[in-house]
Amino acid sequence: MYIFIVIYMHTVKNRIMAKVLGHIEVEIEKCKGCVICIDTCPPNVIGMSDDFNGKGYHYMELIADGCIGCANCAVVCPDGVITVYKKKAKKMVEVK
Amino acid sequence: MSFETKKFNCDIATPENMVYTKTNLMNDKPLSYCPGCGHGTAHRLIMETVEEMDILEDTIGIAPVGCSVLAYEFMGTDVQQAAHGRAPALATAISRLYPEKYVFTYQGDGDLAAIGTAETIHACNRGENIVIIFVNNGIYGMTGGQMAPTTLPGMKTSTSPFGRDQKEAGYPLKITELIAQLPGTYYVTRQAVHTAVNVRKTKKAIRKAFEYTRHKKGVSFVEVVSNCNSGWKMTPVDSNKWMEDNMFPFYPLGDIKLPPKQ
Amino acid sequence: MKGNEALAEAAILAGCDGYFGYPITPQSEVMEYLMLNRPEDRTGMVVLQAESETASINMVYGGAGAGKRVMTSSSSPGISLMQEGISYMAGAELPCLIANIVRGGPGLGTIQPAQSDYFQSVKGGGHGDYKIITLAPSSVQEMADFVAISFDLAFKYRTPVLILSDGAIGQMMEKVILPEQRPRWSEEEIRKNTPWATVGRTKDRKNNIITSLDLDPNAQERHNEHLQRKYKTIEENEVRYEEIQCEDAEVILVAYGTSARVCQKSIELAREEGIKLGLIRPISLFPYPSAAIQKYTDQVKGFLSVEMSAGQMVEDVRLAVNGKVKVEHYGRMGGMVPSPEDIVEVIKERIL
Repeated sequence: MYIFIVIYMHTVKNRIMAKVLGHIEVEIEKCKGCVICIDTCPPNVIGMSDDFNGKGYHYMELIADGCIGCANCAVVCPDGVITVYKKKAKKMVEVK
Repeated sequence: MSFETKKFNCDIATPENMVYTKTNLMNDKPLSYCPGCGHGTAHRLIMETVEEMDILEDTIGIAPVGCSVLAYEFMGTDVQQAAHGRAPALATAISRLYPEKYVFTYQGDGDLAAIGTAETIHACNRGENIVIIFVNNGIYGMTGGQMAPTTLPGMKTSTSPFGRDQKEAGYPLKITELIAQLPGTYYVTRQAVHTAVNVRKTKKAIRKAFEYTRHKKGVSFVEVVSNCNSGWKMTPVDSNKWMEDNMFPFYPLGDIKLPPKQ
Repeated sequence: MKGNEALAEAAILAGCDGYFGYPITPQSEVMEYLMLNRPEDRTGMVVLQAESETASINMVYGGAGAGKRVMTSSSSPGISLMQEGISYMAGAELPCLIANIVRGGPGLGTIQPAQSDYFQSVKGGGHGDYKIITLAPSSVQEMADFVAISFDLAFKYRTPVLILSDGAIGQMMEKVILPEQRPRWSEEEIRKNTPWATVGRTKDRKNNIITSLDLDPNAQERHNEHLQRKYKTIEENEVRYEEIQCEDAEVILVAYGTSARVCQKSIELAREEGIKLGLIRPISLFPYPSAAIQKYTDQVKGFLSVEMSAGQMVEDVRLAVNGKVKVEHYGRMGGMVPSPEDIVEVIKERIL
């Protein structure tokens, strides 16, 4: 009975909660590789690139799916190189 | 120009979905500040505030001498570059001559609390209707990392290579607490810009500061405790941690003086 | 009126927007007069006592950068404190009026009049290659007249203008005819007349920046060349002086301010003795009336520069004369004023 309730609540949650999709664009040449943004990302989807920009800095970039468009990285960036997009996806009605 | 680096949800990158981008009132010039330095963030928050309040036509900024002497290269408002420490004097005159305009100074710790101490105290004492933004990183960045009045005890700088010794150099000067005691200051607060939470708080503080100058009741003073990873000889991330551990206990964040409830 | 008071009243009448100053003898009456006469009720002019001369000149910088007609006044030790601000204003090309009511120096000196700030005023007392237009009144009437002229020159050339007076003229009482009231500029007029000023950025333009900094040496050199061309233009167009009885002179005195007044008496005394004495009274010290002096180098036996100093303006006289005839200096220091008789004696001893 208890397990049934848990499963039911989980599916209700999926049915009701709107999912937010986020995306960022980075002015790579202006990123100075300070790394301050990385720890501000709640879903941990950003990291420093392997390669370098023209100034010799590693630059920040999305490394995984799951950006929620919270703009934490953008507001903390001293050079203001990040533009943030956010969109509410359709309500999920799938049942897992 | 923006570049996408990895293709995650890039189809939502449309103008309608944009929720944050650097304000147009910050020029396109790449900032000359060191990687991770709080100056860039502080500049941007002021420009965002001017844009959101739609007061560009009535705003005049005063840039200091110090790392941010080139603030006028990056900020989109009309700006005057002041001699070292004198910004509050310039702001006083402009504010008196144009009482309806928004006038702000942007100063570092040497500018405001060393050479400019008299100008700072007297502008605050007279209660000028200006905003003073005080970026305190406990060191003289531009000239190569010398000791500042706000350098912490024991902190090593190029002119205190063995650590600041109170017997020789005195204690750090808590200029913000000093001027908060003057009746001419209306709103005094201390903030930081090293985490997203703090950036948003600082933005609110700066917005309040500009709005309060319209009450014509005195100075709005916003101190921004910032890192100086170059002067402190650390990485940007380490410098922010060091700042939390060492600067904040000495310069605690929060409102020091609030206007009376309207 | 007193010279200092005439200066103050003339400022109000000239449509001055703001006075920022600090008390110092012998010119505190300027600010006292302004405070008492409440020009904010007459024209809206701002009068503010600053915490120091350093703050005063920087308030003037701020106001000037925003297109306003602003001024300050002080005396020698205070003017020394202002040199940083004056250099900055020259570099940033800002218009303003500064009045120096000179007293004896160096250091704290004395409160009596002197003329020992000539070098500081005319040769650039602050750092860098710059000049400021310098006008020397020698009467209370000129103290009043030069205010409007100074503001006009300041805005015409975008330069600080210095009225170099002294404690005697500041304190003496004479009749004066005051000019008409000029209106202060409105904000629209300021935006039109000084489009470079930081009044607040409108949508039709980029932001205005007032600065004297340029870290690119090429650009800084070009800027300095531009300043030098400006000073050349000023030298060609703004020389002012007065000639008194020079047409038949065998000796010509060169003096300004209080010394010039004393020299006029000397001319009387000398001519009674049969010495044909004349006077060239520079009114603009920068630009210096060198051509006026050069006109007479073939005619006279010599020039005597009379200045209440150890000999500052005499160097400019020597430059103008270029070795053609004798040039001597006579002056008193420490606040002493030369007497007309002594001047005649010196002429007899050293030139004739």
